[in-house]
Amino acid sequence: MYDFLINIFGNQIVAYFVAAAIPLFLFILPYALFAVLAERKVSAHMQDRWGPMRVGYHGVLQTVADILKLIQKENIRATLTDKVLFNLAPYLVFVGSFAAFAAIPFSSWFIGSSIDIGLFYFIAISSFVVAGILMGGWASNNKYSLLGAMRSVSQIISYEIPTAIVILTMVMITGSLNLQTITEQQTAYFWNWNILGGATFGIGKFLLIPLMLGAFLIIYISTLAEVNRTPFDIPEAESELVSGFHTEYSGMKFAMFFLAEYANMLAVSFLIVVLFFGGYHSPFGYIGNSIGVEWLVPIEQFFWFASKGIFFVIVQMWLRWTLPRLRVDQLMTVCWKYLIPYSVAILLLVGLITLI
Amino acid sequence: MALKTEEMVLNMGPQHPSTHGVLRLELELEGELVKNVIPHIGYLHRCFEKHCEAMTYPQIVPYTDRMDYLASMSNNLGYAIAIERLMGIEVPERVEYIRVIMAELQRIASHLVALGTYGVDIGAFTPFLFLFAEREKILTIFEETSGARLLYNYIWVGGLAQDIHPDFVRKTKEFVEFFKPKIKELNDLLSYNKIFIERTANIGILPADVAINYGITGPNLRASGVKWDLRKDDPYSIYDRFDFDIPVGEGLVGTVGDSWDRYYLKVLEMEQSLRIIEQAIDQIPEGDVHEAVPKRIKPPKGTIYTRVENPKGELGYFIISDGSLNPFRVKVRGPSFVNMEVFGELCKGHFVADIIAILGSIDIVLGEVDR
Repeated sequence: MYDFLINIFGNQIVAYFVAAAIPLFLFILPYALFAVLAERKVSAHMQDRWGPMRVGYHGVLQTVADILKLIQKENIRATLTDKVLFNLAPYLVFVGSFAAFAAIPFSSWFIGSSIDIGLFYFIAISSFVVAGILMGGWASNNKYSLLGAMRSVSQIISYEIPTAIVILTMVMITGSLNLQTITEQQTAYFWNWNILGGATFGIGKFLLIPLMLGAFLIIYISTLAEVNRTPFDIPEAESELVSGFHTEYSGMKFAMFFLAEYANMLAVSFLIVVLFFGGYHSPFGYIGNSIGVEWLVPIEQFFWFASKGIFFVIVQMWLRWTLPRLRVDQLMTVCWKYLIPYSVAILLLVGLITLI
Repeated sequence: MALKTEEMVLNMGPQHPSTHGVLRLELELEGELVKNVIPHIGYLHRCFEKHCEAMTYPQIVPYTDRMDYLASMSNNLGYAIAIERLMGIEVPERVEYIRVIMAELQRIASHLVALGTYGVDIGAFTPFLFLFAEREKILTIFEETSGARLLYNYIWVGGLAQDIHPDFVRKTKEFVEFFKPKIKELNDLLSYNKIFIERTANIGILPADVAINYGITGPNLRASGVKWDLRKDDPYSIYDRFDFDIPVGEGLVGTVGDSWDRYYLKVLEMEQSLRIIEQAIDQIPEGDVHEAVPKRIKPPKGTIYTRVENPKGELGYFIISDGSLNPFRVKVRGPSFVNMEVFGELCKGHFVADIIAILGSIDIVLGEVDR
């Protein structure tokens, strides 16, 4: 696709900028608007309510109206806050969660940057968010924010360990850190997906299936905690800490935290889709290939990728509106006593199986 | 060199989402561990008791509504019984039956709010809206009969404000049938949820002897394993005619008297209230609800103390009459106020998140704490 863009613009750097901007403006921002509305609609229908109904048909423009309202709002900063850190924090969180999309392959035709250390980049850049949260909580000079930030940081750092171990397991199976390569290995039909043991056929595939299911559950739970969603939304615990680290933020800065949360949810869902559910590959083969229209295939791939990603986002919302919240120490128990030992066990077993 | 550390004092409330009103808690924290809790009450003080001295007896009834505003019917009932005993009024049978049905419906409505908001405190938002939808049905029944949805002013001294709506019996029966399966739904969704049990079992344990020493009453006392319910132990109105059980806390998932027990006891009590309503609704006799309402309420000189089992505990009215149209003194023993006292005791050594879990399980209404 770069060749295509370079041909159009005649300049490599401009082409790179455009390539980076396309997913952001054509997909991620519309997605964030969609997700905020979806959350409200999903929760409403789970709770026998209608949700937003006034702005547009069944409230479809509600988020747009909310964002417009937030842009107009005064940017309040309390006197005793640390000015630099306070202003910087939302941008760090925003950048950290949106930059993660650069390495994600949306279709065989489109990937922001097909770097060989894609997975590594993903983990590193999403850790950026931790710094932003800690800065925001500390700079707010509010005890609730500080408690929220403390909880958030300890939570995210702890849950990165099982995530990283599961990712390491997947790297052992696929032998690659490049997200596009990992996706291409799971090509064609759904029984080639990593959740069902990958594309190589043999006794190893069947041994891998239960381990992959376990690994998937571990990474799904720990990414849930990493993006601060219920039952792990302790940093924001509305009923205890009001809203944790972003209590003191208003206007567009608050909106940035808010949009970053939804972008994060999608980013981790995409990561799971790439690692376990065949990335952008269709489960049944492509219409474009069977009717001989080549250019339809990337569009189908994009459709499948987005659908799988959004499916996991909806599951996150479903969990949020069903489950109560854990306590801080119980959260740490789940991570250190259950997720980490199990993920290490899976890592070792997968290592043995790959030797076969 | 050791690092210098100090305790963090955190002000929780009065503008905090889960202090259930305008309660302010002063928490002394070490990290997230609570060293001490000092509750500050009084933000909602409205001088109810002093105000009563300047009003005639019937004028006080709407003011009793505003104490425990989630259980207005029961507040009315307690006050009406106090004045009736002072004046020696015999209330018609029909009125007694309607009063009992109203009080038990009110108990269910109050418990629904308590359970729902408790879910929100723990982080589960959905049960809250489910339960409020069911409470809505009770409020509709009340609205048809009394004209109000929250503050009814329905139970008067000697009778009722007006007779029940023609649809009352049918709608109440429909509600009972509708509500029975909902209790199981609530148990599936929240009560036996693993995370919910983790958060509430063995948290804020209130032993029976401590509960008795502090004068705790109502579901909080029964959750500690003490079988004490005024409807059985000091019957008022016609409660002695009905067949129902007094559930007590058994520590099904933790220790007797923990937060989960206090929560689950309310679920069990709703079942018993349904039983009472089912028995009473078919037996309402014919009669005139205004028959015994005195034209002029002027009790003889004397004092009276009556107590009724409110959804939140024993509601006591101590009234001194000097023989005039206004009471000389009205003193209310509010169950929320008394139950609140043990809160500091329960919280010591728990985490900040547990404070919310304990406060929600005690189920206070600040309108009654402050009066």
